[in-house]
Amino acid sequence: MQQEAAIREPLILGNKSYKDITDDVVGPIVGPAPKSWKILITISSLVALYGIGCILYLIGTGIGVWGLNKTVGWAWDITNFVWWVGIGHAGTLISAVLLLFRQKWRMAINRSAEAMTIFAVIMAAIFPGIHMGRIWVGYWVFPLPNQFGSLWVNFNSPLLWDVFAISTYFSVSLVFWYIGLIPDFATIRDRMTKPLAKKIYGILSFGWSGRAKQWSRFEEVSLVLAGIATPLVFSVHSIVSMDFATAVIPGWHTTIFPPYFVSGAVFSGFAMVQTLLLVMRKVMKLEDYIHVRHVEYMNIVIIVTGSIVGVAYLTELFISWYSGVEYESYAFINRFSGPYATSYWIMMTCNVISPQLFWFRKIRRSLVATFALSIVVNIGMWFERYVIIVTSLHRDYNPSSWGEFNATSIDVGVFIGTLGIFLTLFLLFTRYFPVLALNELKSILKSSGDSQKAVQNQESK
Amino acid sequence: MADNKVLHVMYDDDMKLLEAARELVAQGIHIKDVYSPFPVHGIDPVIGIKRTRLAIVSFMFAMTGTSLALLGMWYFMISDWPMNIGGKPSFSLLENLPAFVPVTFEFSVLCGAHGMALTYMLRNGTLPGMPATNPDPRTSDDMFVIEMLDAENEMSVEELEAAASKTSPFEMSTKQYEA
Repeated sequence: MQQEAAIREPLILGNKSYKDITDDVVGPIVGPAPKSWKILITISSLVALYGIGCILYLIGTGIGVWGLNKTVGWAWDITNFVWWVGIGHAGTLISAVLLLFRQKWRMAINRSAEAMTIFAVIMAAIFPGIHMGRIWVGYWVFPLPNQFGSLWVNFNSPLLWDVFAISTYFSVSLVFWYIGLIPDFATIRDRMTKPLAKKIYGILSFGWSGRAKQWSRFEEVSLVLAGIATPLVFSVHSIVSMDFATAVIPGWHTTIFPPYFVSGAVFSGFAMVQTLLLVMRKVMKLEDYIHVRHVEYMNIVIIVTGSIVGVAYLTELFISWYSGVEYESYAFINRFSGPYATSYWIMMTCNVISPQLFWFRKIRRSLVATFALSIVVNIGMWFERYVIIVTSLHRDYNPSSWGEFNATSIDVGVFIGTLGIFLTLFLLFTRYFPVLALNELKSILKSSGDSQKAVQNQESK
Repeated sequence: MADNKVLHVMYDDDMKLLEAARELVAQGIHIKDVYSPFPVHGIDPVIGIKRTRLAIVSFMFAMTGTSLALLGMWYFMISDWPMNIGGKPSFSLLENLPAFVPVTFEFSVLCGAHGMALTYMLRNGTLPGMPATNPDPRTSDDMFVIEMLDAENEMSVEELEAAASKTSPFEMSTKQYEA
């Protein structure tokens, strides 16, 4: 059995037994819905409905209802797309990369972080879909034989790479998540007394029985999936960044983009995980499983990735001057002093300065400060994408075609709507799905539970 | 001598089960299976479970994906309808290969992951609507069960029970089953 040093804080507090873990997670699913959950889901589904209304209006009328024009042909839509995909990256990082590194603290948060990934990628996929204008011919992005002659999609284009990257990322994350869920659905099935619910969880659990051979395969499959999801997650945001980096637009055409986007994605994703989990642990009474130690570890990831993002901003700025290319220099001068300077300075403050506060142990371990800063980071990372996209597009080589972008109410409505849909899905997940990976948590109870630590401390005295 | 009886010995701790399994196997008893709420590390060699080959399966599916992706892109972009896109080479797969790396990688991952996941489901017998076969609902909560068949052992059920009762079980039960 794995041992952990006695001086480390336990990962699971409160002297739990195996049965307590099951009770704490399955109990809320079997019992009636709490009032706070009902209030939250009502609000978020109303927002979601408003968003769906805006999307339907957009599809019915055309993408002109967004503030786009012939100079700025991409704005909030692609900003939101990149923002949502970026958020998704934290879930895969937690479940795959931390699994390869054998980080046990991931076990309390991986299930909900992966759910967040899946819902965030769905939200991201909405934007390129509706930006097509004619969404009903969306299947043209696939290489299908067609009636227009031998015309194939262009495999040299990063936009097509993105189709493959996002769909692979989504489906592999979904499978990874579901394979982990099967044994936990079996636990719910075996405890459920209501016949209909028992039947539903029975179907969802695929007849899982927990045989030794099944577990042996389960562990191997999790490890291999983690192994292939790790390069996958890095490739996805690298390809997203190439959507910009391969274009000859000043401010986009830089080789720093892939690593810069990937660390930005992890940075924003962990911030979103903090925002969601700090609320969830309170509402679902999971304080013994997700506590200060987990929050602190995530904040450390936020400092690291946030600092990489900060270095990338400064490098970009320096290189734009050092390159001697006047268009490139102007793009950056225009970013920090032009019509979108406010967005630029919001981005700089939120992403470069605010995460550095986590160097203070007090702030890093304070739940209130973490929650506030996580929202600041989310806002900052949205503005980062907005700044990169809009400032580079609105003024490029030819001053006669310079323009400006102003968001319309539909731009705002669709974005707020995706927040609503996302939260609705996440709330449904917390109500009906096991929010902690039961089988994984039980396996670390002995090495990192309260009672084990007490024994170890006794021995060392 | 076998009268088709199955013996389920339940333990309330994974370490107790592991110890008991070692003791029983040392007496020459064949353990059919073990049911547990989470993976009990170290049980596989004791009850004679070999390492799964699913990782190899995944590699083979991934290589199939690599070949299909390259074949497809060669056909679409080189053979069937070469296009001049910004002067990029479009007349041989090798010259155009750098631009094909991302899609090849993604498609290999897609095939490797889904191929392995499907094989895993089929080999495990876990598919939508399959009935659960764990002997007791508590094995998905906090109990650990060793399953033994008299037909697979030289002993009768009574002898198996006697051997198992020395391993401090939490509970024991014997059932008739259809051979």
